[in-house]
Amino acid sequence: MSEATDTSGPVLAADGTPLKRSLARALRRQKLRALGLVAPLLLFVLVTFIAPIADMLFRSVENDIVADTLPRTVVALKDWRYDGGEIPDEPVFAALYADLAVAVEKKEHTRLGSRLNYETTGTSSLFRKTGRRVDDIGEHFQDQLEGLDDAWKNPETIAAIFAADPTAERYRPRDGVAAMLPRASAAYAKFAAFTESEGDVAAEEKPWELIYAELYADLTAGQGAPYEGPEAALVRAAVAAVPGFEPLSFKEAFIEVDDGWESVEIWGTIKAYSPRYTPGYFLNAVDMQLTPEGIERQDEGQRIYGLLFKRTLFMSLAITISCILLAYPVAWILANLPMRTANLLMILVLLPFWTSLLVRTSAWKVLLQQQGVINDIIVWLGLGKFMVWVENAWNWFGTTVGFIDPAMLVDFASNEGRLTMINNQFGTIVAMTHILLPFMILPMYSVMQTIPPTYMRAAKSLGATNWTAFWRVYFPQSVPGIGAGSILVFILAIGYYITPELVGGTTGTFISNRIAYHISSSLNWGLAAALGAILLAAVLLLYWAYDKIVGIDNVKLG
Amino acid sequence: MQDQPTKDAFVEFERVQKSYDGETLVVKDLNLSMPKGEFLTMLGPSGSGKTTCLMMLAGFETATHGDIRLDGRPINNIPPHKRGIGMVFQNYALFPHMTVAENLSFPLEVRGLSKSDREAKVKRALDMVQMGDFGGRRPAQLSGGQQQRVALARALVFEPELVLMDEPLGALDKQLREHMQFEITRLAHELGITTVYVTHDQTEALTMSDRVAVFDDGRIQQLAPPDELYEAPQNSFVAQFIGENNTLEGVVKSLEGDVAMVHLDGTNHVVEAKAVNVSQVGERTRVSIRPERVETDPERLQDEAHTLNAEVLEFIYMGDIFRTRLRVAGNDDFIVKTRNAPDTVRLKKGETIRIGWLTEDCRALDA
Repeated sequence: MSEATDTSGPVLAADGTPLKRSLARALRRQKLRALGLVAPLLLFVLVTFIAPIADMLFRSVENDIVADTLPRTVVALKDWRYDGGEIPDEPVFAALYADLAVAVEKKEHTRLGSRLNYETTGTSSLFRKTGRRVDDIGEHFQDQLEGLDDAWKNPETIAAIFAADPTAERYRPRDGVAAMLPRASAAYAKFAAFTESEGDVAAEEKPWELIYAELYADLTAGQGAPYEGPEAALVRAAVAAVPGFEPLSFKEAFIEVDDGWESVEIWGTIKAYSPRYTPGYFLNAVDMQLTPEGIERQDEGQRIYGLLFKRTLFMSLAITISCILLAYPVAWILANLPMRTANLLMILVLLPFWTSLLVRTSAWKVLLQQQGVINDIIVWLGLGKFMVWVENAWNWFGTTVGFIDPAMLVDFASNEGRLTMINNQFGTIVAMTHILLPFMILPMYSVMQTIPPTYMRAAKSLGATNWTAFWRVYFPQSVPGIGAGSILVFILAIGYYITPELVGGTTGTFISNRIAYHISSSLNWGLAAALGAILLAAVLLLYWAYDKIVGIDNVKLG
Repeated sequence: MQDQPTKDAFVEFERVQKSYDGETLVVKDLNLSMPKGEFLTMLGPSGSGKTTCLMMLAGFETATHGDIRLDGRPINNIPPHKRGIGMVFQNYALFPHMTVAENLSFPLEVRGLSKSDREAKVKRALDMVQMGDFGGRRPAQLSGGQQQRVALARALVFEPELVLMDEPLGALDKQLREHMQFEITRLAHELGITTVYVTHDQTEALTMSDRVAVFDDGRIQQLAPPDELYEAPQNSFVAQFIGENNTLEGVVKSLEGDVAMVHLDGTNHVVEAKAVNVSQVGERTRVSIRPERVETDPERLQDEAHTLNAEVLEFIYMGDIFRTRLRVAGNDDFIVKTRNAPDTVRLKKGETIRIGWLTEDCRALDA
């Protein structure tokens, strides 16, 4: 741009280094110092705020539980298709047995059941019931082996086959056994690892039934024939005997335990949720679901989140607008009064700000309830009779014209014309407007303070009426205050939880109440995370739109 | 001293009083009458009531007592926006959220003018102040002088007959201020507008105005054209406030016609002075002489001139003039200004000289 760069390339410092690098070096110390000053807070925010939020948001897509608990089933299911209308074949059930047997010992199957129950009801009890009886399947093989030779009952015998040193505290696989009896030794390794994690020694514990089942599988596959090593005679005898064993269909065995396994839905759900990342929570959060057939809308009766999101946005908007309407005149008065009076009145604005949120919300309960202060005054003033009259007229008109469902008629007459002002949207809007009002007044006030009164005078001297002067000259200059207040109030309102919980009833609750429910009651954290992520995205989107329309530079917060 | 109401008065204040707190009067008994087309400046120290008067005329303050008339109509009860008075504010008060053209268009819009009329008038007004190319800019993008021009154009664009200006040049640097003084007077005379101009800068008041009203303590101390104000101040305040002035205090010894003999304090000198604001013998008085009317050259001292001995305390070379500080009749702050001419004697510190002046330049005012 400058002449120097045109002629001689980069500008050089006195010592010949490029000026840019030399400047960067000179500023490095300053930058490091600045970073050092910010570092404690940065670290604190990172550890206690950013990281937990990121972790929580990650849960909205994370779905390790199926792949971790049923690893072999997930692999076996790869070729199975839901559209076929048939439940999977024997190999999948065999894999399911192998997975479940381990999961039951580790007591992980109930967690998986609850997880899949979010998607298909009944899965939880299916897994619970199967968990109780999965041992029966393995015992089929155990009993037959033990019938062959009592030595199979002895944990030490089993340990001698699989472990390098059966007497050692810690299990180490014996060389070569993995090649000779691959599935059984893998099962034994899992057993040993689990036993040791419980603080016991594998060689002294009763082996899992799974090991016998896997041993049977190895032997029938002819794996045991070239067996070498301890207890060789025992194993060879078993090899000779297995063809005579009574075979077992895992498929039939599972169906016998619970006919839920005959359901294609269950298998479809397991397959649909077998990937490690799932859009399922997000789909749920927008009233859709990931079914085996693909993505579908939720059943009519279960679509609640769309309604809740819409209600949250609508009510936050209503709260923001009522805050603007109430705060604007107050801020105007404060900005135009002499400093001393303004400061005094400012305390009145801030006083509720300093009062506990719970106290203020409870106070609104007292004021608004059916037997509360406001209703008592209405009745005392005789307005109740008027209300009853209005209501009767309205009901008569409504039913005559036919736009009121008679079932929805309110009966004021029975309660002296008392209004229902709490445990509904009205109560939530009133209480939250009051609570969030200071957040609107303060930015408005700080902006209005900077507007000199001469502008209004100038407008009037130019021939504008009071209203024109206000609307054309004062109001446009106060818009940044309205913008700042609205952003604050709207964003606070959209995530509000305590007040809607206390005064919202069933019709006045927000999406945040549902998130809290999933965090603390239903424990469906994935769904809570997805709802939270959508809420966050909505706020960011609004912020972006606001920046485009009003411009964030125009916002003054103080 | 007070202007008598005349038949063709355009702006009239009659016995106007103003109090903010109900205890003290900020404006005490103001009477003022302006003919159409006059450029009148209200001059005075801060707190003298001049801005309050302007605000009452604009309609932003109401008079506590008395009548304000515009073109014969009482305007006390007319709201500011119906008075049709143009006003230029101290800090310009250009609307920051509108462009220059929108600012100028605003008064026309509220008067319901058509778009084409508005555009024509805005263009003419901007051209008038040589700001024709700046219509699309925002006030914040203009320099102080440019903002000043725009503010002026905005006050004139709806063609008011009366324009009020509240220290409009206060924020400009000296050179720009002098230029704008000239511009404003030129425009006011070209357009034939009646102008009320408030300032605390006496140079501005003297150079721009047809008449100047000197305010102090809520009253007009003197209302006169600039030359009269300077050369014939009616009281000590005006004499002190306008320009530089030497005062010698004393007592009136005798009074004959408009000549008073004044015995100066602490001396046995008696000087002859023009009796302006003294009425009886024995009254205390301040004798006022302008520094440039004092003669120091013995050869040029006229016969009838009074002469006194003076000791030179300081001699300051100022280029075009010499400024000499003397001790005269016990006053250590007696200033004499002499033109730097080839034959002017340069006085030396400690020297004793004779000084003198004409009787009519020496005015006996109130003490």
